[in-house]
Amino acid sequence: MWFKFITKQYFTPLVGETVRDVVFLQDQSFFAAAQKKYTYIYGQEGIEAHCLKDQGAVLKLQFLKNHFLLASINKFGQLHYEDVSMGAMIGNIRTGLGRTDVMQVNPYNAVVGLGHSGGTVTMWKPTSSAPLVKMLCHHGPVSALAFHPNGHLMATAGKERKIKLWDLRKFEVLQTLPGHAKTLDFSQKGLLACGTGSFVQVLSDFSGTQNYSRYMNHSMVKGYKISNLLFRPYEDVLGIGHSMGWSSILIPGSGEPNFDSWVANPFETRKQRGEKEVHLLLDKLPPETIMLDPTKIGTVKTARKKEKSTTKEIEAEMEATIEAVKDGINMKKKTKGRSKPSKKLKKRQEIIAKAKRPFLEQQMQDGQLSIKKQKINEEVELPKSLQRFARKKAAT
Amino acid sequence: MKVKTISRSTDEFTRERSNDLQRVFRNYDPNLRPQEKAVEYVRALNAAKLEKIFGRPFVGAMEHNEAISCMAKNPNHLKGIFAGSEDGDIRLWDITSRRTVRKFPGHRGAVRGLTANTDGSRLVSCGADCIIRRWTVPVEDSSDDSVKPEDFHISKNAYWGVDHQWKGDQFATVGAQVDIWNHTSNAPVRSFQWGTDTVISVRFNPGHPDLLATSASDRSITLYDIKTTIPIKKLIMQTKTNSIAWNPMEPMNFTAANEDGNCYSYDLRKLNEATMVHTDHAAAVMDIDYSPTGREFVTGSYDRTVRIFRYNGGHSREIYHTSRMQRVFCVKFSCDASYVISGSDDYNLRLWKAMASEQLGVLLPREKKRHEYDEALKNRYKHLPEVKRILRHRHLPLPIYKAAALRRTMTEAARKKEEKRKAHSAPGSISTKPLRKRRIVREVE
Repeated sequence: MWFKFITKQYFTPLVGETVRDVVFLQDQSFFAAAQKKYTYIYGQEGIEAHCLKDQGAVLKLQFLKNHFLLASINKFGQLHYEDVSMGAMIGNIRTGLGRTDVMQVNPYNAVVGLGHSGGTVTMWKPTSSAPLVKMLCHHGPVSALAFHPNGHLMATAGKERKIKLWDLRKFEVLQTLPGHAKTLDFSQKGLLACGTGSFVQVLSDFSGTQNYSRYMNHSMVKGYKISNLLFRPYEDVLGIGHSMGWSSILIPGSGEPNFDSWVANPFETRKQRGEKEVHLLLDKLPPETIMLDPTKIGTVKTARKKEKSTTKEIEAEMEATIEAVKDGINMKKKTKGRSKPSKKLKKRQEIIAKAKRPFLEQQMQDGQLSIKKQKINEEVELPKSLQRFARKKAAT
Repeated sequence: MKVKTISRSTDEFTRERSNDLQRVFRNYDPNLRPQEKAVEYVRALNAAKLEKIFGRPFVGAMEHNEAISCMAKNPNHLKGIFAGSEDGDIRLWDITSRRTVRKFPGHRGAVRGLTANTDGSRLVSCGADCIIRRWTVPVEDSSDDSVKPEDFHISKNAYWGVDHQWKGDQFATVGAQVDIWNHTSNAPVRSFQWGTDTVISVRFNPGHPDLLATSASDRSITLYDIKTTIPIKKLIMQTKTNSIAWNPMEPMNFTAANEDGNCYSYDLRKLNEATMVHTDHAAAVMDIDYSPTGREFVTGSYDRTVRIFRYNGGHSREIYHTSRMQRVFCVKFSCDASYVISGSDDYNLRLWKAMASEQLGVLLPREKKRHEYDEALKNRYKHLPEVKRILRHRHLPLPIYKAAALRRTMTEAARKKEEKRKAHSAPGSISTKPLRKRRIVREVE
């Protein structure tokens, strides 16, 4: 049985410097730790495998399982994607929105959500330098962010004492709940756990209606400060990371009772784990497949209406074709006095004129229209007293 | 107070003994599998790549002493094929071991036609030395190394082809005219002649045992019914047809392999228009044979390639070539639809797989399922550019690539000229005939 959760509290004394975040990679034998200056990847039995220097001082780490991408956000607000199977950097995006340590991955479509101090939540994909979505969620800074496993629900908590539930299809608020939350997490069955101070509150939508109400509370000993909440997958357990260590509580109804052996097997043998890793690598998704709507792959692209290019563009096109033609002219060397320079020049000009012809024809067609428009305008412009001097229409 | 939570006991979920099977639990909830479409796409891409990696169609070659001119399938024995060459050498080959089982010596000139009778016990061969020979095909494991012909018949003119009824005991030979013979008679039972040109190929209809189609050197295709005395119909095209093959699953359709590199499929009830034109060969198509499924056919051409077409496909699905294979004169599709045999100018019979990346031999059920899954994936995503590029890719030798490109330029130029002529003349004054009709000159009763 494996448990995808270890806190920095345990890890810090082993390493000897501040560890800001820890995340498991594709299975329980590898994990990455965001330490004071760099990010380190540790293998089996905690042996240091790699040191990732180009990420800088990372605040939060997340792993995109299907793509083998390690996403990290550093002190300067730079979002960095690293492919851990190949060891290549996929994307380094300057968010431009300042330092933030609120980062979560939407499991439905593998986009990374960041919460910023201006109250905005942005969503990113590795192949574009602009965010996919930028939504203003709170009046104050965003303190926590969580995504529902089905990808349509997002919970955000702001410092102005509000927890909001958003529908990600319409980008609208579904529900606003009062309260602080330093950390938020959704369970596999859709239970939402909010933690502040030393108090944990679990909310549930009791018939899948997306109307969340209070389900369970748990208050710890007064001095304990909760830093992290994580639901254990396939079990009814909530893990709490706090200032004095970590503990776990039972939340009935939070885990998925029926697991699928081909997706995640809590009872897997060593052989099965090895085979699963090979299959994961074979099915590794390229980073271009990350998009807001993952069902769009394989569908028909809607045809874009062709916009009429402006005159400048047409001229530029004409110039480009003429240049291309000029480069491509290969004059055949004729014998017996038939290759005189004057004849060569004539032939060359003929070729260029032929290349220009379609553009001139197009211009003529447009030109005629503009002449007609001019005529109409002329008639309107003349004042009344002078209209007898205007060109009269031919009598029919 | 009783609280209900998830608690799993290990003995329910793990196996008791090491020779038990591992238990597998399923939950088909799509929420547990995010980005399904992307995963499917990646798997389709991998399946396409694997198809190319395992795409090795050539199985083996069987050699004669002279160029191979004709082949015949034995309808009752899957493993054997008869092949006749230009020096009169007829051999029965065992395809699995690629060795000669029997030789049938006797012809002194090129063997032009070979055919086996309905139950595979008799072989009829005809040649350029104006002789028809009838042989008994020896039963397997008999010790006779060479066979004496049962009967032979000499005539005045050279023979060009022979074919046997699918059901019955009559066969037809073609040369100066079309003759219908019995296995017991010494003279033709019936003779047909329409026009004075040589008839170069003949094929009996699989569905209607008395119907046959022939092609002659006056660019015509003629249909005969051997029960009547006069021929049924004649279709004249612009170029000569080298060979005809009937679709065994749709016996009213036949495909004609033409000298201009195209194959024309016709419905015999409506001969004024071809149902399909199959283009892709760069030179004359010499021979054509249908798969027993009726869904594909194989063609061999003068341009050194063998192509496999779908029955309704305008372009070929697959192309086979080797630098050692010269002009292909005859092709046959094996009776289990998994192999293609080609006989060519370089004295060799070549055995190819019909599906180039097929895994031969007995497959485990898991392997079969995986192949089916891969096929379904490739089918679903075959229109996406990356997958399409990989599936479409074939390495062609330079002369064939250039010949195809030249053909394309020529047809494109002709089409553009026609378009411009139309654009510059009064609308409706020039009408283009569709390609299916363009090659037909006329139909005659």
